[in-house]
Order: sequence, then C-alpha cells, then structure tokens
Amino acid sequence: MTDVTGTNGELVTADGRPLRASLARALRRQKLQALLLVAPLFLFILVSFVLPIADMLFRSVENSIVAKVLPETTTALRSWDPQGDALPGEEVYAALYRDMLIAAKNRTATRVGQRLNYESSGFSSLFRSSARKVKRIKAGPYKPAMIKAHKKWGKLETWQVIANYNARYTPGYFYAAVDARIDTDGGVTMQDEDKRIYVNLFLRTLGLSLTITLATLVLGFPAAYLLALLPTAKSNLLLILVLLPFWTSLLVRTTAWIALLQQQGVINEFLVFLSIVGTDDRPRLIHNQVGTVIAMTHILLPFMVLPLYSVMKTIPKSYVRAAISLGAHPWRAFWAVYFPSTVPGIGAGAILVFILAIGYYITPDLVGGTSGTFISNRIALHISSSLNWGLAAALGVILLGIVLALYLLYDKIVGIDNMKLG
Amino acid sequence: MPGGARDALPDMVDEGSDVAETSSDGVAVGGAGGANDNAFVRFAEVQKSYDGISLVVKSLNLDIAKGEFLTMLGPSGSGKTTCLMMLAGFEPATYGEIYLDGQPINNVPPHKRDIGMVFQNYALFPHMTVAENLAFPLNVRRMGKAEVQERVQRALDMVQLGAFGGRRPAQLSGGQQQRVAVARALVFDPKLVLMDEPLGALDKQLREQMQYEIKHIHENLEVTVVYVTHDQSEALTMSNRIAVFNDGVIQQLAPPADLYERPDNSFVAQFIGENNKLTGTLAARNGTGCEVTLDTGESVKALAVNTGAVGERTMLSLRPERVMVDPGEGQCDTRVPGRVEELIYLGDHIRTRISVCGRDDFIVKVPNSTEHAGLAPGNDVALGWRLEDCRALDMPANE
Repeated sequence: MTDVTGTNGELVTADGRPLRASLARALRRQKLQALLLVAPLFLFILVSFVLPIADMLFRSVENSIVAKVLPETTTALRSWDPQGDALPGEEVYAALYRDMLIAAKNRTATRVGQRLNYESSGFSSLFRSSARKVKRIKAGPYKPAMIKAHKKWGKLETWQVIANYNARYTPGYFYAAVDARIDTDGGVTMQDEDKRIYVNLFLRTLGLSLTITLATLVLGFPAAYLLALLPTAKSNLLLILVLLPFWTSLLVRTTAWIALLQQQGVINEFLVFLSIVGTDDRPRLIHNQVGTVIAMTHILLPFMVLPLYSVMKTIPKSYVRAAISLGAHPWRAFWAVYFPSTVPGIGAGAILVFILAIGYYITPDLVGGTSGTFISNRIALHISSSLNWGLAAALGVILLGIVLALYLLYDKIVGIDNMKLG
Repeated sequence: MPGGARDALPDMVDEGSDVAETSSDGVAVGGAGGANDNAFVRFAEVQKSYDGISLVVKSLNLDIAKGEFLTMLGPSGSGKTTCLMMLAGFEPATYGEIYLDGQPINNVPPHKRDIGMVFQNYALFPHMTVAENLAFPLNVRRMGKAEVQERVQRALDMVQLGAFGGRRPAQLSGGQQQRVAVARALVFDPKLVLMDEPLGALDKQLREQMQYEIKHIHENLEVTVVYVTHDQSEALTMSNRIAVFNDGVIQQLAPPADLYERPDNSFVAQFIGENNKLTGTLAARNGTGCEVTLDTGESVKALAVNTGAVGERTMLSLRPERVMVDPGEGQCDTRVPGRVEELIYLGDHIRTRISVCGRDDFIVKVPNSTEHAGLAPGNDVALGWRLEDCRALDMPANE
C-alpha cells in the first residue's frame, strides 16, 4: 500500500493534492452545468416575480415624495416644534414658497397633495390651488402671502401633518392598515370607531377562510375516502369529476353560482317550489358571507380532496383490518388507526385551501357583496381605484406576514415534513 | 430463546381464559356447538365466489385441531388467502359454515372473533410506538393499566425486543417489525392466530431464522396457528400439517414428510420439492404395484397411487435423490439407460441433468463422492430406482 495520508493526516490523491480539493475540482463542472440549467428560470422568476413584489412591498414604508418635492421646507421644519402651539416662522414659509414655485413648474405639487391627503383630507386641494396662486406672489414676507393664498397654511394642523410625514420612510401606512393613525402631536392613536375597517376585515378574512377550510375538509374527507377505497378504474373516473372544475374558468364557475344563489335563482325557486320557504321570505344566499363561503368551498374543494386522496391511497387496507382483528370495533379502528394516518393529508389540504382562501379575490368580489368581501378586495381597491399604493402594500405585507406566521405555527404543531401533496 | 421467557409463556395462555369471551380451554373438548368431534376450527362445505360466476373456494372441508400448526400452501390464486380471510371474518363465506371452538362464526363480526392476525406487510400502526401497538388490543379490551404494561413487556421479552418498546415501527428493521407483529397478534391470548405470508418481505437468511422463531413460539405457547404461504420450504419447516391448495380445492392434507414422500397426485408431486416425471400408459396392476409402459416403450414398475384403469394415461413421479446412478445388481426394481447432458456443481452434491426415456429434463442429485467422479457430459450411464420410490399418479391436464 502506498501512503495516502498527507502531512496533516488528510487524505491525498496519487499526485499529492488534498483529496477534498480534487473532489471539489472534479465536481465543479457538474455544479456549473446544473447552475446554467436553472439560470433562465431563475432569472425569469427574479425579474417577473421577486423584484416586482419586493418593489411593491417597499412602497409600504416608502415616503420620499414629500421630501423630494418640498426639500427646503422639510429642512427648515426641523427647527420647528410641532408639539408647540405656534405657527412656523417666516423662514419656513419662504422655503415653502421656493419649493412650491419649483413644484408648480414641474407639476409635482398635486402628487404631494395626494400623498398627504391620505393622512388628512383637504391637502389635495390645498396643494392644487397653492401651486396655481404661488406664481402671483412677487415678494415677501411670505408668511402672510402664503396664508392669503390658502387659509390652511395658517392652520397649525396643516404643518403638523407635513412635519409628521416628511421623513423618507414612514410607518404611517402600517398604522393606517391596522386602523391607527399618527396624531397631529406625533403620537399613535386608534381611528375613530366609525372609520375602523381593516382590523375587522382581516378578522373576517381569517374567519371565513377558516370556515371554508373546515367546509372543504368535511365535504372532501368522505369523498377522498371513497376514492381511496374504490378499485383504480372506478376511482380514476371519479377523480376526473373532482378535477373537472379545474378545466372550467374560475370566472365561469363563480358566475354560475350567482345564477344558482340569487333571490330569483335556481335554489331559491326550488325551495319555494317545495314550500320550504315562502316566496316573500327567500333566504339571502348571495352578496353576503353565505355566498362567499358556498362559492369558495366549491372552488377550493379539489385542493382538499387531492392531497387527502393521495395520502389515503398509500394507507394499506391491512391497517384497519389489523385493528379490527385485534378486537377494535370498526369505528374505533377507523379513528384510532386510519384517521391518524390521514393527518399529513389533512394538514396539506388544509394549509393549501386556507392560504389560497385568505388571498382570494375574484369570487368574494363577485358574490360577497359588502359583508362577504376579503382583505384582498380592499387591496385591489387601493391599487386600482384610490391609487393609495402605499396602504395597499402595507395591507399586503400584513397578509403575507399572517400567512407566514400560520405556516410556521403549522410547522411547529404538525411538522412540515409530515405534509404530503401527492 | 432465553429460559426466562420460555417459562413465562405458558402463563399467558392460562390467563387468556378471563380475557376471551368464551373460555379458550376445555370448551372444545366438551363438544359445545355443532361440531361432533374435537376439531377446534372446522370448515364445513365452505364455498366462496367473488363475482357470482366462478368459485374461488370449492366446497372446502377442513378440521384443525387445537394447538395445531396448519399451513395452507398453494400458488397465488389457489384460494388459500381467501380461506384465511373468511376465517378472520373479513370475507363472508358464500355458502357453508365455519366453526371456531365449536361455535358457528359466520355471523360473528371480525372484531369479536378473538383471532390474532399477522399480515404480510406487518400492518404495525406507524403513529404508535411498539409498546402502544402491543397495548392496542389490550386497551380495546379495557384491561387495567398495570396489567397492560406487564403483558406488553412480557410479549416484548418473548420476541427479544424488551428494550424497543419506545421506538416507532419505522425505526425497526424488517425482522424486528415482523417480531413485533407476531407479539401483537399473541399479546391478547387469542383463541387462534392467523398468519398471512408473514415472512414474504424478508430476505432469505432472516426468513429462515424467523421460521424457527415462530415455530418455537408456537411450541411454547401451544397456540393454534393457521399459516398461509406459497413458499414450500417455509411450510415444510414449520407445520404440523400442510393443506396444499390448488384451484380452490385442497389437493392433499398431510404432515410435511408425507407430503414430500407420498404425494397423492401429480399437482402435489410437482408443487412440493423437485420432481422428475415420466409419462406412460398403465399396462398392468398387481396389488399396490403396477407396470407402466412409457411413451418411448420402456416398461417401468411403479407404486399405483392414483391411477385409472389399465390402458389409461399416467404420470410417474420420482424424487431426484431417489434415483441411483449405476446401481448394483438387485438394488433396484427398474433400470433404464441415459446420457449425461449437464453437470451443475453444488458443493455437497452435483445436479446432473440426464436424457432418459425421451425426456432431457430428468434431474439426478449425485452425491459429491469419488464413486461418481467420472461423470461427464456425453457419458452414457445406467439409472435405476426402487418400485416404492416411483409413484404412478394421475395425468395432469396440460400434459
């Protein structure tokens, strides 16, 4: 035997190099090849998915518009005490005048107005009209001139809002997303009772998602059990029926539910026909939470049935038989032996349905009315109508956080390794 | 098996009487129920059909004595597993009645039959520890905590897994899982233990070791075992009696030695062990013996076991180790010439393939001794056998 140990006890190859280094060199080519193979997909995901989402999430704290459009004003405001009850001095108004002049020329004044309008109404018109009138001011002192241009410049509250929201990054959107706001004095308080919407909306989204998850489990478990019991030829046929909804557009399925559930719809007409309800007191099945739960349970059912089925299929029949032969009543055999073996499937199905449900948008939008909408509908509203992207981003971050937290909780309780998707 | 465990075992059987709904001791001897002798398990005219067109089990009659180790042996699809499942209660009999301990059990649901069962894939509950698996049948019977613990430990000691109670089945090797499955089927002192190809998933060496362990457990506990397998060596090693199944019918029910030495028909002769067959026509009968004219013209003396009238076709069965090469004068009743085709060296003996009487698949096991050192392919040899080693049987349908 030749000596294969190097000076420090490490194995070496025949040419005296350390074995570890030689192995790494031999595998480098393979690693590079693997990296090249996934590179296109990786780039695609990065550009089309990761970066836009990161950008969107960043908007939840980003607030550079105020400091960008009013640079001199924000600098000058630093020496002013927002907690005091005196208006800022002449130098702040002078800075405001110069900033507004540039903003009016660049047409950026309305954007600041819009941003500050989220925090306190009236800012939009304040900046729009001030941008128009500021050109007519010829000389100082600027304090009375600006107040003359718009009387809000003479209000303490106006300056407090600007002072509170002139930092480059702000937690303001997140406060808004949980029904709180930064007070004029800089503290954080809850919104007025009648303006609180988001916390309730989050709770409703969680509650309805949980209801839908339970409903799919209750309906899906027996179906999956039947599929697993039947011989393959028959179960494949039934599996196609389970998969059938996947091949129909989500929109079509949802609108079909509208036809079924509405006041003059198929179900209500049938109930009236059977004289179960009178024609004047038909139950409201749509444009409320009932409609959302019914339609989404139907749409998400396959996501529960499939993981359950794939897990149940792998449970040998002999488990239950063994339990019965050991003296357990068939019911006990089912609950003590079969059911625990399906837990990985239940876990996978439940987490899949719940996460899909919590972010659902189209179906609650179409059948949910006002009481059955989800947080995602509100996010969509802020993205497309009110254009308050910062708030939309903050709501999205919180939603993402809730999902991740639940995922970690699930991992801790059930164990993610226990999950089987197929 | 350690002596301590062996001593503990008979107690378990005795204590079984307060667990089982009816006493497992004594009742059968007293002759309760419909059975008129002391058969512990009885299949009476049992038939089974799955599709209503063909019978999987055709009119089965079988008595199993208390404490017996009976093996149902047969190729797949022969109906042996179906019989076991009917006995366990998982398949209803289409016709006929099954008695256990004198009581008809057709209408007793499987969980009330008090029958322990070992499955092919062990069927250990994966989410329970080994000890919880063993405690399951005891907890189902609402046994006290202390007694459950004691019985579980005793059962674990019996299969030499005393220290493994806290493990999950997945953390055990195949052989260990098998032992747990056996222990679980015995821990509640069932009237009867059924085993459905329990060693099928083990490798050869482990399988042989487990055969002895199960055999010893059976001997020590004196429990009645019905064992299903398609492996004949397993059946020959372990059983008191073997029921050879084919086509839904028991072909022969006999102790292992009888089955090998004295097969009743051509199926058993070919299914159990290695068999040389020669076909011919029955020429004459004289008492237990007969004379058969082979298809190639030679006349052979044989034992008339299962033959028709003179002139009908018959198959001769000869075990390879009973054929003599170059027999001395007077040593045998029949002599035929042959030619060596192939030698396969197997250490203690040499498998020799020889052309005899028009067949080239005639196998002779030649002991590896200097006596036959000259055998080489192409050599002509004389073969011979005694009358009682050559059995004239029925002609298989496919010959």
